[in-house]
Amino acid sequence: MTDAALVSRRSFLVASLAGSAALTLDASVVLGAAAPGTPAEVLNAFVCINADNTVTIGAKNPEIGQGVKVMLPMLIAEEMDLVWDQVRIEQTDADEKRYGPQVAGGSTATPRNWIPMRQVGAAARQMLVMAAAQKWGVDPAALSTAKGAVLHVSSGKSATYASLAKDAAAQTPPDLAKVLLKDASAFRIIGTSKRGVDVPRILKGEPLFGIDTRLPGMVHGAIVKCPAHGGTVASFDDAAVRVIPGVRGVVAVNSGYVPEGQNDTLVIVADSWWKASKAREKLVVKWNDAEVAGFSTAGYEADAARLIGGAPQTSVFKAGDPDGALAKAAKVVTADYEYPFLAHAPLEPQNCTGLFRDGKLELWAPSQAPAGGRAETAKLCGLSPDDLTIHMTRIGGGFGRRLMNDYMVIAGQVAKAMPGVPVKVLYDRTDDFRHDFYRPAGWHRLTAGLDAKGDLVALKDHFATFGTDGKPIRAAQMAPTEYPAPVVPNVDLGVSYMATNLATGWLRAPSSNAMAFVFQSFLDEVAEAAGMDLPELMRRTLGPAREIEGERSKFHTGRARGVIDAVCKAAGWKGREKGRGFGFYYSHLGYFAEIVDISMADGAIRVDKVWVAGDIGAHIINPLNALNQAHGCVIEGLGQAMIGQKIVQEAGVVTAENFGDFALMRIDAAPREIAVEFVKTDFPPTGLGEPALPPVIPALANAIYSLTGKRHRRLPLELA
Amino acid sequence: MSLSFTVNGRKRTVDADADKPLLWVLREDLDLPGTKFGCGAGLCGACTVHLDGEAVRSCQTTLADAAGKAVTTIEGIATNALGKRVTEAWAALDVPQCGYCQAGQIMSATALLKQNPKPTPEDIDGWMSGNICRCATYLRIRAAIRKAAGLPADPADANVVPAGEALA
Repeated sequence: MTDAALVSRRSFLVASLAGSAALTLDASVVLGAAAPGTPAEVLNAFVCINADNTVTIGAKNPEIGQGVKVMLPMLIAEEMDLVWDQVRIEQTDADEKRYGPQVAGGSTATPRNWIPMRQVGAAARQMLVMAAAQKWGVDPAALSTAKGAVLHVSSGKSATYASLAKDAAAQTPPDLAKVLLKDASAFRIIGTSKRGVDVPRILKGEPLFGIDTRLPGMVHGAIVKCPAHGGTVASFDDAAVRVIPGVRGVVAVNSGYVPEGQNDTLVIVADSWWKASKAREKLVVKWNDAEVAGFSTAGYEADAARLIGGAPQTSVFKAGDPDGALAKAAKVVTADYEYPFLAHAPLEPQNCTGLFRDGKLELWAPSQAPAGGRAETAKLCGLSPDDLTIHMTRIGGGFGRRLMNDYMVIAGQVAKAMPGVPVKVLYDRTDDFRHDFYRPAGWHRLTAGLDAKGDLVALKDHFATFGTDGKPIRAAQMAPTEYPAPVVPNVDLGVSYMATNLATGWLRAPSSNAMAFVFQSFLDEVAEAAGMDLPELMRRTLGPAREIEGERSKFHTGRARGVIDAVCKAAGWKGREKGRGFGFYYSHLGYFAEIVDISMADGAIRVDKVWVAGDIGAHIINPLNALNQAHGCVIEGLGQAMIGQKIVQEAGVVTAENFGDFALMRIDAAPREIAVEFVKTDFPPTGLGEPALPPVIPALANAIYSLTGKRHRRLPLELA
Repeated sequence: MSLSFTVNGRKRTVDADADKPLLWVLREDLDLPGTKFGCGAGLCGACTVHLDGEAVRSCQTTLADAAGKAVTTIEGIATNALGKRVTEAWAALDVPQCGYCQAGQIMSATALLKQNPKPTPEDIDGWMSGNICRCATYLRIRAAIRKAAGLPADPADANVVPAGEALA
């Protein structure tokens, strides 16, 4: 990033004011800003009208490739009655007091912001209308807006927003809760395809990403961590490192995931990252790793087998009398399912740039959750959270990895150790693989009972997962409403916990990416025992359209049925057919049903086509981006299943070092075709970054069963 | 050691270790950050550049390897007609998601079309399989390569844009 670009970014709102009138917009009513009316709050706007009648709109959320940097401004522009060509988009800094929640996680950006961002735009429009009404001495109700101008149809008067901006800025901002929002029939921007705002710069190779941050006098840090996850520094000898020309020193820090007072990361700082990285081989470190060196994949497998062979330690959901119902069942189906630890492996390795001066810390952070990073970094740097300024860079892939902020915490401490010197800390690929926050592995022993009519009357699961003190660790839990538990009269979802040294975390569609495989594959087995196919079993168990209470949201059986019917119609589903499989899943407020068509070519499974039907509400805000997201979900899900993805651990250490050890989907394994259909229903729009992923995994496994007769119950699928 | 080569048509002299990877020379010494670091092992393709017209992984190419040769990076690829067609096709189809791998994808795609102007679907998948897109924009990459090549769209390409919208 050039210095000029940094200056312009840092001072976007102020600089915009210099050349134009700002539309003051106190967003505090909805967006949680501090006391309104202060000069800083007045500048705290999402909207700035420029002299040339372009409008700069602040995009507040982290952009990880999900398209939120376009989507949120579309909502504001819609209510302002702008034409898209007028819109200039700027990434805001991280500041939740000003902008409200700024998280890229949980597919929450759409449901959380659908109304607030539109209110922001509508409030701006209202201030412009009021300014025009005063100027012309007319009733504001007689005015309309279009294409960035206010119109008085009866007199033929019109005024551009730019000509009204100064007067508009002097208006009292309206109560956001009371501004009038457009009727959907008047939408001109929502529902139309918009291309990525940064694409022209990406195609020119311009600096955009965290790793591209460049500041005058900047130095570079390469990290050294205990190979066994969670090990801490006992002692180190950097004598051979410090004599290397260009090396500035070695800083020991706490990444935030070992007890305070201990260090788990050594950062070699040099005038070049290449030099710092090479110097790592000269660093001599003794690690405290006795407590973490005993963990291994083989150990987890043995623990899991022992656990699921016994009684569950606890249950997350119980209903009726599952044992009694199974004893009376006409048919009983039982099967064991399992899935491995997974890494996130975003292509841009973890990095963060920090500059500490005058007691303040400035960070350039590719983080999906900068507010969390602010709190953690401030704590470990001994600073107040308000002493931190966090600039949000474009992010080279998130997938949940960057909901954790270890890189920010590390960069902050290194910067603090060298006041006045900007430092960029960058992991290499092995650091990234070995020090991830992994999707946890899991083991399930499932039992289902069918009555004489083929109805599902009992369901038991014994889930062996990771936890401490009788509670699951991060991302290792099972929801009490895991389908079909809510629609079966006799249920026991039992759980047992074991220990791991690995840090765990949320991987795109967390929990769902594993549970969909387990439950929708198992239900395909149950359906077969009942003499039907999976769509039919799903329709029967869903029953009449109604809402069922869920853990975090209600589940609407009618919407589920809608996407099941839509995908079956699109693909011409005619019951069980060779080489074709079905899966359904509800997650992150989105309902998705998918059908996968496969064939065998030269002894290998090939995915020919995937049909996707999704219900994410009444509006697809940006249809072009929506397709890209659905494609990404489908291909990522297939990658978790069909190319051997798993994290293996020996003696505490994750063995993967690079993409040769942990495969990612490549173009030659991608489906030839993906057909996506959105079923629009009269519900508020919800997110699309995740819910299209989970069902493709069981759909593939079920397709393989239909083609080969082999039931795959373990991820990654063993296809050779 | 001081070594010279041309980058995007301009002669550059760099004083660095001869074994420093071209990737880091471009990023650190020449302020050309468009070429991306993904794996450092020639496995992901994010760092792909052209060396005397051939696609190479700049993380596996040393400064000494580049000495005296002509390097083209993403920052310069659109100055030739083919590179311009490829980047225009990428823009038209809105290929990127996060965008981090796309410099490498474009450099590989341009090299493909230079030596194989009318690639089959198998040619495209085979050639491009060295470039990982973690976001999985592969269906749009295929369609964009066909568009840049002036090939008729594959029937599957119709599904990369919403129904009723043009592939342009």
